[in-house]
Amino acid sequence: MSDNPVFDRIQNEIDGNDVVLFMKGNPMFPQCGFSAAVVGALSNMKVKFKGIDVLQDMEIREGIKAFSNWPTIPQLYVKGEFIGGCDIVREMHAAGELQKLFTDKGIPFEAA
Amino acid sequence: MRIRTAMENKLKAALNPERLEIIDNSARHAGHAGAHPEGESHFKLIVVSSAFEGKSRVQRQRLVYDALAEEMANHVHALELQTLTPAEAA
Repeated sequence: MSDNPVFDRIQNEIDGNDVVLFMKGNPMFPQCGFSAAVVGALSNMKVKFKGIDVLQDMEIREGIKAFSNWPTIPQLYVKGEFIGGCDIVREMHAAGELQKLFTDKGIPFEAA
Repeated sequence: MRIRTAMENKLKAALNPERLEIIDNSARHAGHAGAHPEGESHFKLIVVSSAFEGKSRVQRQRLVYDALAEEMANHVHALELQTLTPAEAA
């Protein structure tokens, strides 16, 4: 437990879900091109993930930036580890590093 | 140009980049959430610096974000980042 209730909520989400994407909009209807790109990469690999719509929750929207020490959204967490934002996920996907990450972390996916 | 110039100066001071490109994409995002009527809200940066050597993708982007903390907090809504070492850019 931290003394910040928002950090505790965020920690609970990333503890309780193997793959968590903090994003704008939801996975069906992303509200931002950068969030949509990450959803696209994960969907392409058929990875199950929990999308958390920060537009629905101002506390999380600001809290996640401080929590991760990362000023932009989307943000991807895998097994509690911060992986990065849109550019990083796109680069990793293109380089095949995302597949390696999910393999190493034991996350089921399908090779595209 | 105010924000762009500030970002350029700060990145030069922090990372001594071999190559720095700052592309203002704000017009493409006009009317989106976070866009400002005066522009300078959405940028793409290409930074080639030896400061990135031996650093992970996350560490590299944090170096850029740290240098631009003031702009990120106050004006810039979105940054697309490409962070390369001189060897990777060659």
